[in-house]
Amino acid sequence: MSDPTPTRRNGLWLWLPLALFFGFFVLVMFGLLRPADRNVASAFVGKPLPAFDLRPAVPERPGLRAADMATGQPRLLNVFASWCIPCAAEAPQLAALAQQGVAIDGVAIRDRQEDVQRFLAQYGNPFARIGADDVSAVQLAIGSSGVPETFVIDGKGVIRHQHIGDIRAEDVPMLLEKLREAGR
Amino acid sequence: MIAELGLAMLWLASALALLQLVAGALALTKRGRELAGIVRPAAVIQGVLSAGSFLALIALFLRTDLSVKLVATNSHSLKPFIFKLAGTWGNHEGSMLLWVTVMAMAGGFIALFERRLRDDTMLATLAGQAFVSLGFYAFLLLSSNPFERLAVPPPEGNGLNPLLQDIGLAFHPPTLYLGYVGLSIAFSFAIGALVTRDVGPAFARAMRPWVLGAWIFLSLGITAGSYWAYYELGWGGWWFWDPVENASLMPWLAATALLHSSTVLAARNALRAWTVMLGVVAFSMSMIGTFLVRSGILTSVHAFAVDPERGSFILALLAIYIGGALALFATRAATITEGARFAVTSREAALVVNNVMLSAILGIVLLGTLYPLLTEAFGEKVSVGPPYFNPIGAIFFVPMLIVMAIGPMLRWRDDRAGRISGKLALPALAAALTALGLVSFAPTIKPLPFLGMALAAGLAVASVLPLVGRDLRRTPLPVYGMVVAHLGIAVALFGVGSDSAFSIEKLVASRAGESHKVGPWQVTLRSIEPVAGPNWTALEATLAATYDGGRLSLLRTQSRNFTTPPQLTNESALHTRWNGQLYVVLGEEADDGRWQLRLWWKPFVPMIWYGGLLVGLGGLLALIGRVARDMKRSRAEDKIAYRRARQGR
Repeated sequence: MSDPTPTRRNGLWLWLPLALFFGFFVLVMFGLLRPADRNVASAFVGKPLPAFDLRPAVPERPGLRAADMATGQPRLLNVFASWCIPCAAEAPQLAALAQQGVAIDGVAIRDRQEDVQRFLAQYGNPFARIGADDVSAVQLAIGSSGVPETFVIDGKGVIRHQHIGDIRAEDVPMLLEKLREAGR
Repeated sequence: MIAELGLAMLWLASALALLQLVAGALALTKRGRELAGIVRPAAVIQGVLSAGSFLALIALFLRTDLSVKLVATNSHSLKPFIFKLAGTWGNHEGSMLLWVTVMAMAGGFIALFERRLRDDTMLATLAGQAFVSLGFYAFLLLSSNPFERLAVPPPEGNGLNPLLQDIGLAFHPPTLYLGYVGLSIAFSFAIGALVTRDVGPAFARAMRPWVLGAWIFLSLGITAGSYWAYYELGWGGWWFWDPVENASLMPWLAATALLHSSTVLAARNALRAWTVMLGVVAFSMSMIGTFLVRSGILTSVHAFAVDPERGSFILALLAIYIGGALALFATRAATITEGARFAVTSREAALVVNNVMLSAILGIVLLGTLYPLLTEAFGEKVSVGPPYFNPIGAIFFVPMLIVMAIGPMLRWRDDRAGRISGKLALPALAAALTALGLVSFAPTIKPLPFLGMALAAGLAVASVLPLVGRDLRRTPLPVYGMVVAHLGIAVALFGVGSDSAFSIEKLVASRAGESHKVGPWQVTLRSIEPVAGPNWTALEATLAATYDGGRLSLLRTQSRNFTTPPQLTNESALHTRWNGQLYVVLGEEADDGRWQLRLWWKPFVPMIWYGGLLVGLGGLLALIGRVARDMKRSRAEDKIAYRRARQGR
């Protein structure tokens, strides 16, 4: 400590601040140029669906088990509720997807049978199966934090994509593309 | 007309900055020497013009001239006067104009009054200041023109973010900007000194008032920002290690280190290269902070006007200034002659330890702030929070506190540990007694708050010891400043420790008339009623609180709905006692007609901000002391020069 001044004659040390700054610069350049993607991707994307077995939400459709989703063909899993207004808003898009031959299963969150029936009667029923998730157990297990959310599931029952929020008309081509990718 | 005038003055100011840069740089060469005479006047006029430009913008905001885009997007004719005024700098363009104005005015000020530096160093400093200003002028004029007109003025303005419609916040950002600008002046001094290799006590003395001023504003700005987050966001927390908060903390850490190292340079002519580098680093931290906040590269709770294009512009400025200055440092520092030497037990050595610790904490905060960006580069998203910052920071903060307690008692150059060990018994006793008290009354206390509170007690006692045995009336003001600032750190630390160790939180669903107990308080919800303000409506809960069965005090907390633009905010209700604060926030209404209430009892929490204010006050005392002494000295020198001139005749 008799000479703690950093004025050493060794010139290399003096370049260290500049080198550190250069590192910072490269890092933030990378950050700036990267396309802005502020969505937090679900940690469950790429993972198989957890095992679950839900009773039917309405008598007209069967309930939903995890095994039902692994049919060899990619499917959509739509998390919805009759009390959820954006779910009603996305109904036309779901109907359009169903019309194009996409298989869609539903999970009704914290719902009553008569409410779901009324909802489906009013906004259409694109679902092949609808499971009733009364305590949000399945919702939480697949990493969904709200309604509506839509998952792309491939033929082996693996989650390939998570769409948070309602499906807008402009999201439909993107979802079809994700389904095609999952089918490959 | 006002807008055009403001814009014209801004262009003229930038032209003068260019003149100041070119003339200053040429005047340093042999052939351009006669240009030296125009550098100081150019700096003064540049300051006046940019001030005029900023006044023009203030006038536009006060008149709510909606044909100006900036006013139309950020103001509203119904807004209270004070927020119209604050609206001038409560947005990206206006804040940048405020920044460049203060910087130009500071440049004019040193051009008028700074006479201690060698002539060539002064020229290089003013050229450096012009160089930095030019970048900001270019930024304003090319990409963020505050005076842009709208072809069709809207009938009404778009308001100010209601969260920001708060008196504390109206003055929080400009306070930080003043701090940043002060550091930019220190940066200019460092550049000037590097260019002419004139790093010595005169440089440190010329730079020090600006560093002190910047440091005062940063201290107050951080304190105010922290208190704002505490009562406005309604989470009961006061520091979140949010990128925007870190962006204000990093320049403060660097400025604190610079303040201490420039003291060593001024008094002892040691730590030369190190002080110059800190001068560069301190301003780099303000620029990096501004960049991180404005570019939106990091996500933060502070929604700022985020714009990648602006981000690129600030990044380009960063690369030029910081990269250039660090390259200059790397080539020049080896030729700066070594400063005076000192022993291991000396005040210099204590200040070196302080500097190393502060730099380490700075590095930790910077790394933690950038880490999410780093992992994102490898495809993983993480967020870094208190579990990283608190313990890792403490590793360096604790030794720094100990050195802070000992250092001021040591003599310059060389001292014996034995001389001060007797004096140190008192702070050690205070720390030990506090530790004992904590262990016996709160055996479950966590290690960090325990350590913090014990050290705070020791430091509080140690910080006033430098006054013991001195003639208090003849003690220089800067010594009082140091004592008060160090005491402020101790006070704030005690508040931090107490808040994290003893806070009690309660979330209840309550009907009118129901009563809840939180810590020593009994809080009763009296009523919930609608109220209206100038541009908001709110539900107001009235609560009656008694401390330990004592006197009744009424508290009001609101859940406010702003109309322009629509937004919901929670106004927390605070009741402050000498020994802490009761904090209440009104939440949502549940289905069954009960209301959510969040209640906190936070013992000694206001000490955090009292401590921050003390730190600022300490800085102010030191600044007044330094400036008064400088003025006295320059008057005395004038007198001597005058006498010599007469005798020579």
